[in-house]
Amino acid sequence: MGVELYRIDDRLIHGQVVVGWGQPMRLGFIALVDDDVASSEWEQELYRMGVPPEMDVYFATVEQAATELEKWNADPRPGILLTGDIDTMARLIGRYPDIRTVNIGGLHHREGRGICLRYVYLTPDEQAALRSLQQQGVVVTAQDVPSARPMALEDVLEHGRK
Amino acid sequence: MSSDAKALVAGHAAFAEGLVSAVAQITGQGEQFVTMTNTAMSADQIEQNMRAVVREHAIHVIFTDLPAGSCTIAARRLLRDDSELTLVTGVNLAALLHFMSHGEITSHEAAVSAAERAKGSVLVVGTPGGR
Repeated sequence: MGVELYRIDDRLIHGQVVVGWGQPMRLGFIALVDDDVASSEWEQELYRMGVPPEMDVYFATVEQAATELEKWNADPRPGILLTGDIDTMARLIGRYPDIRTVNIGGLHHREGRGICLRYVYLTPDEQAALRSLQQQGVVVTAQDVPSARPMALEDVLEHGRK
Repeated sequence: MSSDAKALVAGHAAFAEGLVSAVAQITGQGEQFVTMTNTAMSADQIEQNMRAVVREHAIHVIFTDLPAGSCTIAARRLLRDDSELTLVTGVNLAALLHFMSHGEITSHEAAVSAAERAKGSVLVVGTPGGR
């Protein structure tokens, strides 16, 4: 088992992750990779309190995650690894190239971003970063919940051009 | 609790709107509650919107739908800065009806009492093969 979903989601741990994905996957753990959260006990407690007691939550910086991933992937339980932005996921892949698939779960509107899907907004630089991941052989798809059809990156970006 | 004190109900999709519409249908009143959704918003946007609503309506109690939900996470960030706020998560219709029926007690006391009512209102009736 180990990490079965590498997800970029700017809400980090929230209902879609814990319940929407967590229940059908019978999720055993969540690895939240974020340099700021990893350095704040208060932030960690905030996210930990929303998670059922039977589910473990690990907090790590990118550097720590790159080291811990071998252990997480040897875990017999299924897990999700979360980052809040594309840059963090790209840096992690740079240090742990075994990551071959990335799920875009939620990148919401903010200044400079254009709409691609109702839950995916991207700046031109973010689009380029995702294309770069794809060129490295990482399969990038968008899918907010398990019941939705995963959408290939090319289709996501095509939606953004319409 | 003063009769014009307002509470915020926040949650996924149309959860809050639906719950408050049910309150209005049952009681003929629903003005005591302000609603917000997390739809199409980042965590930062949810927090900013919630701060604005709380400030605008002088909210002392926030009800949210799910302990792990992004509205709950945002509300807990607000509580960190405002000791007058109370958060009740896992809200249901019974809780809101109970909250609005309270007399002259504090908002916090009304929220605590509403949470107790919410827990007590979830019942299981019937057993497989039984009557």
